[in-house]
Amino acid sequence: MIAQLLFLLLTAVAVYFFAKNLGKIRRNILLGKDIDLSDNKAMRWQTMLKVAFGQTKMAVRPVPFVLHLIVYAGFVLINIEVLEILIDGIFGTHRVLSFFGPVYNLAIGFFEVLAFGVLVACILFLARRYILKIARFQSPELSGQPNKDAATILLVEIILMAALLTMNAADQLLQSRGAEHYINAGAFPISSWLVAPLFVSFNNDTLILIERASWWFHIIGIFAFMNYLPFSKHFHIIMAFPNTYYSNLKAKGELNNMASVTQEVKLMLDPTASTPEGYAPPTSFGVKDVQDLTWKNLMDAYTCTECGRCTSSCPQNITGKLLSPRKIVMDVRDRLEEVGKNIDANKGSFVDDGKNLHSYISEEELWACNTCNACVEACPININPMEIIVEMRRYKVMEQSSAPASLNNMFNNLENNQAPWQFSPMDRANWTQEG
Amino acid sequence: MSDFRVKTMAEVAASGEEAEILFWVGCAGSFDERAQKITKAIAKILHHAGIKFAILGTEEACTGDPAKRAGNEFLFQMMAMQNITTLNMYGIKKIVTGCPHCFNTLKNEYPELGGNYEVLHHTTLINQLLQTGKLSITGGAFKGQRITYHDSCYLGRANDIYEAPREIIEKLDAALVEMKRSRANGLCCGAGGAQMFKDAENGKKEVNLERADDMLETQPKVVAAACPFCMTMLRDGVKHHNKEQEIEVKDIAELVANAMEL
Repeated sequence: MIAQLLFLLLTAVAVYFFAKNLGKIRRNILLGKDIDLSDNKAMRWQTMLKVAFGQTKMAVRPVPFVLHLIVYAGFVLINIEVLEILIDGIFGTHRVLSFFGPVYNLAIGFFEVLAFGVLVACILFLARRYILKIARFQSPELSGQPNKDAATILLVEIILMAALLTMNAADQLLQSRGAEHYINAGAFPISSWLVAPLFVSFNNDTLILIERASWWFHIIGIFAFMNYLPFSKHFHIIMAFPNTYYSNLKAKGELNNMASVTQEVKLMLDPTASTPEGYAPPTSFGVKDVQDLTWKNLMDAYTCTECGRCTSSCPQNITGKLLSPRKIVMDVRDRLEEVGKNIDANKGSFVDDGKNLHSYISEEELWACNTCNACVEACPININPMEIIVEMRRYKVMEQSSAPASLNNMFNNLENNQAPWQFSPMDRANWTQEG
Repeated sequence: MSDFRVKTMAEVAASGEEAEILFWVGCAGSFDERAQKITKAIAKILHHAGIKFAILGTEEACTGDPAKRAGNEFLFQMMAMQNITTLNMYGIKKIVTGCPHCFNTLKNEYPELGGNYEVLHHTTLINQLLQTGKLSITGGAFKGQRITYHDSCYLGRANDIYEAPREIIEKLDAALVEMKRSRANGLCCGAGGAQMFKDAENGKKEVNLERADDMLETQPKVVAAACPFCMTMLRDGVKHHNKEQEIEVKDIAELVANAMEL
């Protein structure tokens, strides 16, 4: 009875804090500018099913695709067992869903195989990162916290899976010995040879202790992990779905036309043009801080799992330049978190802290971008780092007039000669006079 | 042009005729010496296919693409609106461009500003003309030659055009060899995003030299491009390796014009 109450309390606390932090993230995302992505729902669902659920963009790199697929399937399917754990915890039952009989046994057996798969995949992931030192996991933006985050996630998953297999090993021995409460249920194709042989000499009391301890460890671990998500790159397991739903459905080459500029240019070209009623001239252009990005850009930042496929396909990063699209996205999240904390500390309104997104992202990074869309193409969950870069360039050019001199030259040529070079516009058709 | 005259829209309008398609030449195609050859090849192909086309001539201005990518949205929209005024004045319905950047801007970014046209890149149009029999390649100038195709970012990833250039190369009876990074995975030449007009940031290599390594790996006789800016970058890459005697960098339009002995 005490165990049940304790379990209920634990569940309530875990869910409360998780919901609270989700609410904060939602609030932070909505600090972004509005953008209407409510069109074409059928296409959006299809994109989400394909890209997030079906993981189609992962397949480009086969090894991590297979490993990730195992962990993903494990996460989705083993969570069905967590449902049983929740019911057992609340009602003090043991393997309550076992009345499904052979189906249940098959499921538990399959979960064991999956759990073992996840365990192995996570060990291989750790090896890729820390022994093979795959290039995209060595970038400077990963040093410190992001690297710890990655290791934490993999270790926690390994430990959780180990707890599940330990619990099953003790359970099956208790079942075979006819221990009270431990009804015959489940199939244990992995733990029966991997873990159980270690326990055979233990008496029932010890086994019950191991089984109960693993059970509690497993569920507490899940609750703790759930509450770690909002602070981690691992949050992608949730955000991948809404983020792909709100994917850009237009051609990747299309950059938005700034509506605020359109109105100003119209007035400039035709001074007699009338302004729409209630028209207020824009107060700033481009992105200075995270609040100037769209909520989709901010959602992108919370979705990023820092895999670095963008950076490893960026022509500038490949050739040793400072620009790393992954860092751009990580910087947006870091700054947004900082702004969110600022708002929390100042009773709901942001107080100028003398910083902005440009304090995180340097000009050297911004001006290097080829706008080639390689990063956009590479992202397995449709994050767009390039849009952030262009929007920040807009601020540099239109608010600060601080483009590199060579680009200012190009702008001057465009204005004076209608071409980016210093040629006379009258010579534009000279080629027609030649052979 | 020796055997025909390229008309401007103003001339066509003055003579009371109509042009079915506007050939948008672009700044590189108009002024860059190497790119002018691509422009001429496109004009010859259009003429040979019996298409009534015209150019804007001195009325053409940059689409504004480099300004937009560099963050100067004001300048971009100014140029766009002036171009749209010209295009709409002539009642333009269909445009073929010699440059993927012009193509992308005209096709994707002009409609919202009031410029609605059917826009094609020259590789798409040439491929259509080959498919419908309005053009046919008989000469075997490139028969069996190893040709590798460099995907322009603004055709490929930006607009999902991967097949048209390749289908044309196949019609040349050439051996198309793919680079390790191609199609959606293709590596930029280094020019896009206004990089053409500035120095690169500090690093260990220029982007076009990284791409040159990809090209050389395929041991090509010809590197096919579909963009005048890629052309400059790829040629510099080939020159860097002193391979300009062995490897030609040519636009798809030039390959077709050569094969047809135009």
